[in-house]
Amino acid sequence: MMDHQETLELLPAFADQELGIVEAQEVQRHLDSCADCQREYAAQRIVSARFKKEAVYFDAPPHLAHRISSALPPEPVRAGSRRFSWMSLGGALAAGLALVWSLGLYLNLPSDQERLTDEVVASHVRSLQVDHLSDVVSSDQHTVKPWFNGKLDFSPPVVDLAPQGFPLVGGRLDYLAGRPVAALVYRRAKHPINLYIWPSNERDAAPQLQNHQGYHLVRWTWDGMNYWTVSDLAANELDNFVGLVRSTVRQ
Amino acid sequence: MIVPTKKQRFQTNVLPHLNSAFNLACWLTRSRQDAEDVVQEAYLRAFKFFDGFHGDDSRAWLLTIVRNTFYTWYQEQQKQRQETAFDEDMHDFSGVGVAGMAFADNNPETLLMQKDSERQLQQALHALPLEFREVMVMRELEELSYKQIAAIVGIPIGTVMSRLGRGRKLLAAILAPARQEA
Ligand SMILES: [Zn+2]
Repeated sequence: MMDHQETLELLPAFADQELGIVEAQEVQRHLDSCADCQREYAAQRIVSARFKKEAVYFDAPPHLAHRISSALPPEPVRAGSRRFSWMSLGGALAAGLALVWSLGLYLNLPSDQERLTDEVVASHVRSLQVDHLSDVVSSDQHTVKPWFNGKLDFSPPVVDLAPQGFPLVGGRLDYLAGRPVAALVYRRAKHPINLYIWPSNERDAAPQLQNHQGYHLVRWTWDGMNYWTVSDLAANELDNFVGLVRSTVRQ
Repeated sequence: MIVPTKKQRFQTNVLPHLNSAFNLACWLTRSRQDAEDVVQEAYLRAFKFFDGFHGDDSRAWLLTIVRNTFYTWYQEQQKQRQETAFDEDMHDFSGVGVAGMAFADNNPETLLMQKDSERQLQQALHALPLEFREVMVMRELEELSYKQIAAIVGIPIGTVMSRLGRGRKLLAAILAPARQEA
């Protein structure tokens, strides 16, 4: 059983949905009965939401891309602009070492996930371009679910979230990671959401949000299934959608 | 089959992350002009090291370089500043606050368009120590995972969590008196 102090320390990760399922459940259990932790949890979420909503995002000025492109070789790289006269030998060495060290970190990162991210975004974009969102058009989960029978070697959980503002509009077969997967299509206002589901033999993993080529993606693993969802929705709305899918699938 | 050149691969994989790089650099340097210089320098370094990059997360890789480039630049600024009376420590509030306002003032248009609460937030954020500000920007604006942030900053995932937690509390504390006055 998780005590007050442990819970308190995990609240930021809980608010960010970065905890594993077991830890998240334990935090939730303590949270239900601790007013202090509830206050702290609310405070974390409020500040985080305000930051996302109100902090300025500085887009690069248009001339910067050009400036960088024209500074790249074939011409030999010059040692930076006027503000970088500090590139002494010592500084260059230190920077080089720091870089080697951080590159080492990256070599250890799983690359399959990134390849899959590309595939998921490509599939999403393709489904929009050819106006081929759905093979079976139905807002009825009891029509969509049987449609996959015989087309897939597993039975994807199909839930309708129309009452919560994310109506199911259909489903189709797709291919990801070299295998057939179920693609469920939802909508939020004018924004289509693709939810891909396929079996997994990995352990449960909490939702991970990422941003790729202007799309938001969330992936998680639960109860023997991989879930990837992608949309051009704002991150918090997609997050909302994921929360609803997760809680409804579990019922 | 046409094999893309290094420059073409670089332009396809790394250049599209320019907004992320510039956004992070702005929040670190608190100046658009300095951010442009840091970003350009970071891109030149990234190009130099691009052959050694075999991962797939090119955005996080680039942001690591932007951050390293910034800190090298920052240390040099510190050194120069020590010669003048103005010693702005990395964790010092007062100095950062003053510089933060100056940054906001650089953009009168943005400033006019901002709501009061946004302006308060912006100023509070600039008053936040760097170590908190950088993880918060990576999390809330760049939407990076704890794991990605840990790799970029070079700290354990648990430290990412505690910095985010403490940073949010600090931000709330800085914002609280402002709200009472309003
Ligand atoms: Zn508690």
